[in-house]
Amino acid sequence: MSSEDIRIGVFICHCGTNIGGVLDVPSLTDYARSLPNVTYSADNLYTCSEVGLTEIKENIKEHELNRVIVASCSPRTHEPLFRAICQEAGLNPYLFEMVNIRDQDSWVHMKEPEKGTDKARDLIRMSVYKAALLEPLERVKVAVTHSAFIIGGGIAGMTAALNLGNQGFKIFLIEKEPELGGLLNSLNKVFPSNEDASKLLEIIDMIESHDNIKLYKSSVIENITGFVGNYNVVIKQNKKTINIDAGVIIVATGAIPLSPEGYFGYDKKKIISQLDLERLLKDDQVKANNITMILCVGCRNEERRYCSNICCMSAIKNAMLLIEKNPNTHITILFRDIQAAGTDYEKYYRRAREMGILFIKYLPEKPPIIKKDLVDVYSDLLNQDIKIPQDLVVLSTPLIANEDSEVLAKMLKVPLEENNFFLEAHVKLRPVDFATDGVYVCGSAHWPADIAESTSQANAAASRASIILWKDQLEVEGSTAEVKTELCIGCEACIRICPYSAITKDEETDTAIVNKVVCKGCGLCGASCPKNAIIIHHFTSDQIRAEIFTYGGEI
Amino acid sequence: MGFLCNWCSYAGADLAGVSRIQYPTNIRIIRVMCSGRVDPTFVVDAFLHGIDGVLVLGCHLGDCHYITGNYEAEIKMSSLSKLLNIVKFSDRMQLDWVSAAEGNRFAQIVSEFTKHIQELGPSPIKENKTKTQCIDDLEAVKSVLESSRLRGLIARQRDLVTEKNVYGNQIPAEKFENLLNDAIYNEFVRHKIVIKIKEIGKSVPDIANEIGIKAKEVLEHIVVLRSRGLVDVHEINEEIPTFISIRGG
Ligand SMILES: Cc1cc2nc3c(=O)[nH]c(=O)nc-3n(C[C@H](O)[C@H](O)[C@H](O)COP(=O)(O)OP(=O)(O)OC[C@H]3O[C@@H](n4cnc5c(N)ncnc54)[C@H](O)[C@@H]3O)c2cc1C
Ligand code: SF4
Ligand code: SF4
Ligand code: SF4
Ligand code: FES
Repeated sequence: MSSEDIRIGVFICHCGTNIGGVLDVPSLTDYARSLPNVTYSADNLYTCSEVGLTEIKENIKEHELNRVIVASCSPRTHEPLFRAICQEAGLNPYLFEMVNIRDQDSWVHMKEPEKGTDKARDLIRMSVYKAALLEPLERVKVAVTHSAFIIGGGIAGMTAALNLGNQGFKIFLIEKEPELGGLLNSLNKVFPSNEDASKLLEIIDMIESHDNIKLYKSSVIENITGFVGNYNVVIKQNKKTINIDAGVIIVATGAIPLSPEGYFGYDKKKIISQLDLERLLKDDQVKANNITMILCVGCRNEERRYCSNICCMSAIKNAMLLIEKNPNTHITILFRDIQAAGTDYEKYYRRAREMGILFIKYLPEKPPIIKKDLVDVYSDLLNQDIKIPQDLVVLSTPLIANEDSEVLAKMLKVPLEENNFFLEAHVKLRPVDFATDGVYVCGSAHWPADIAESTSQANAAASRASIILWKDQLEVEGSTAEVKTELCIGCEACIRICPYSAITKDEETDTAIVNKVVCKGCGLCGASCPKNAIIIHHFTSDQIRAEIFTYGGEI
Repeated sequence: MGFLCNWCSYAGADLAGVSRIQYPTNIRIIRVMCSGRVDPTFVVDAFLHGIDGVLVLGCHLGDCHYITGNYEAEIKMSSLSKLLNIVKFSDRMQLDWVSAAEGNRFAQIVSEFTKHIQELGPSPIKENKTKTQCIDDLEAVKSVLESSRLRGLIARQRDLVTEKNVYGNQIPAEKFENLLNDAIYNEFVRHKIVIKIKEIGKSVPDIANEIGIKAKEVLEHIVVLRSRGLVDVHEINEEIPTFISIRGG
């Protein structure tokens, strides 16, 4: 720490009555002013309003503040805004700290205003001591390769490719199968419009003839390295190894329908899957009059807790198509719950009921029993067993994650959720991003999605990706790790622990070095280094200890 | 005091706020980017500064924003917990998982932990009778956790047990566990000896007495400590040597 004068400004927010209605904000403001290094403190009605922000900027200038603290809501939502304001006022954005006295204080201690105010006092004091140790950090700049690498040539991958290709970016689209199209190749007609799946696949021609799209069919990914703006992918096509440079990567690897092998005596003849039915319908090969469909086969159970999202609608669709073709067909759908949300899908479901399709709810603990020519099912509603004649049983199974998703996730350094689907950075705020910058996800790779969802996610992923692709240079997060070379003994523990392979060894000095562009600042290496040779900027051990000591005090 | 990772548990704590779930006011939260950032010595520091209980919260296993961070946290905290167990502080520390969607769970963990700590009462470090003993113990724990010997072992734990080493064999988890347990215990005693003889030279039987272990054990540790250059003979009184720590050793 240099010996410069530390001048901290503390701004405490009322958030209307959200904070001010519970905590004693004026007393907190006075308290803040009494703390070491605090030059200025004030309360604001709404710190994030235009008035509040202007006040911060003016006071930075007027009082020559070189550290700013805002005590208000959560840094998870508001830190970027306040940092930007500091920057506008000429202050390094890393000289800013936030204290959470709303989400983690006034809102959760509404009945204990005094104790809540005590807590806020402690939190502000901790922050003031940490702030004194903050250092200005630089955001590193990197150049961007203006091309995208897209994994998976299903409807999602193709939609994203077309979107970015039409914006003028170079696209590399890889498909492991010999043909594009993914699952749609096996489908007959698609809900809710009931148009032919082949009609939607006309996009394949546009992709194949597109000037900006380079296709690699029957190809597999061997390795992925690099970082946002500068990924390098090695793929293999017919024993030929190809190197590809791309600024962004989009994962559109889809999912696969679970084979009902082992469920309800699946035999592919009289007891078939919904996917088998799609193929039979396509070839007009269905010969049955009494058809029973069973939903949620192999999902929403202990092994797979999730709902596969698309099966209810697919079953309803095929039931209707069968009746349209032969009005004498009797169809019974055995369900647990029907998922048909939204105006279109609900309408679709109603129409199915009007057409005479019978819907019976079964209980998972009393599953239907398939006998020769009959299905026996206990109806909870009627409180009795029902016998339904059948000459064809169709099982709806969930979409499950690709087998190789773990390998791919490792190469991309992105997480999977418990069912091995790809896990986004934030379910609501960043639904198609990964935490790893420059990597996106769309379609069923993320979660079983229907076509409408897959294409909207694909367009979303493409537009997120284009934010990066349109730039010539990127600024990356400044709070990263740094190795103090003089302390490092080259034990390589950090190299193995870093989830992003951000650390390498400088062979000459035999010490570790961090690639600032790749490092995410997670801190794992710092907490592990045997020699304490790694500084985790913005969350340094000294800064964290300052918070601990300030709260604990001397004993 | 709670250490919360930015992505899941801190978000879960925010959600508790958005949902207005009320919980005790005792907790003070320190935000870190990942639970794996929590150096075990932070927790010891908290105890050394009179904090009664420490929660470390991360994302559920498999959901860490940084992929493997919470596995690393689990490894670190388990070693820490073993050490704290020796000095009877382990039930004042808890590692748990809270997702961004679990505002309720966060509030519940905080409420239960607060209750648990209230039942245990204030940290013994704040009582005159037990103060020095606690400080000595915790300082010993801290210096073990700072020693490159143990840090190195912990840092490589996941690697050593999950991946084959250069000779192509994998160390069975159980064997590693035993190895680690021994190392933890021995290192703790050694560091404690060093602390006990920081200021004044003491003889082997005296040290044994103070720490409450056999003289033979103390002697073995002294031999190791001498070879590491941490301890030396202070003086010889009536043929009984006394030993003292070497500063900066
Ligand atoms: C029986 C059934 C009926 C359905 N009916 C309808 C319907 O009527 N209406 C509707 O909207 N939706 C329907 N769906 C859902 C529809 O199939 C999906 O919405 C759609 O397939 C999702 O597209 P996608 O591009 O995400 O995935 P996919 O179609 O699965 O495509 C993924 C592609 O990625 C490729 N790939 C995977 N891994 C790799 C890799 N590592 N490297 C290279 N390439 C890879 C695959 O080979 C595949 O071509 C139905 C699904 C089923 C199972
Ligand atoms: S800064 Fe946060 S706490 Fe203050 S008014 Fe804005 S939202 Fe509310
Ligand atoms: S863990 Fe620490 S000592 Fe070991 S190589 Fe990394 S920086 Fe150097
Ligand atoms: S802070 Fe995290 S991402 Fe950065 S080098 Fe260390 S372990 Fe890797
Ligand atoms: S980010 Fe939550 S545990 Fe790693």
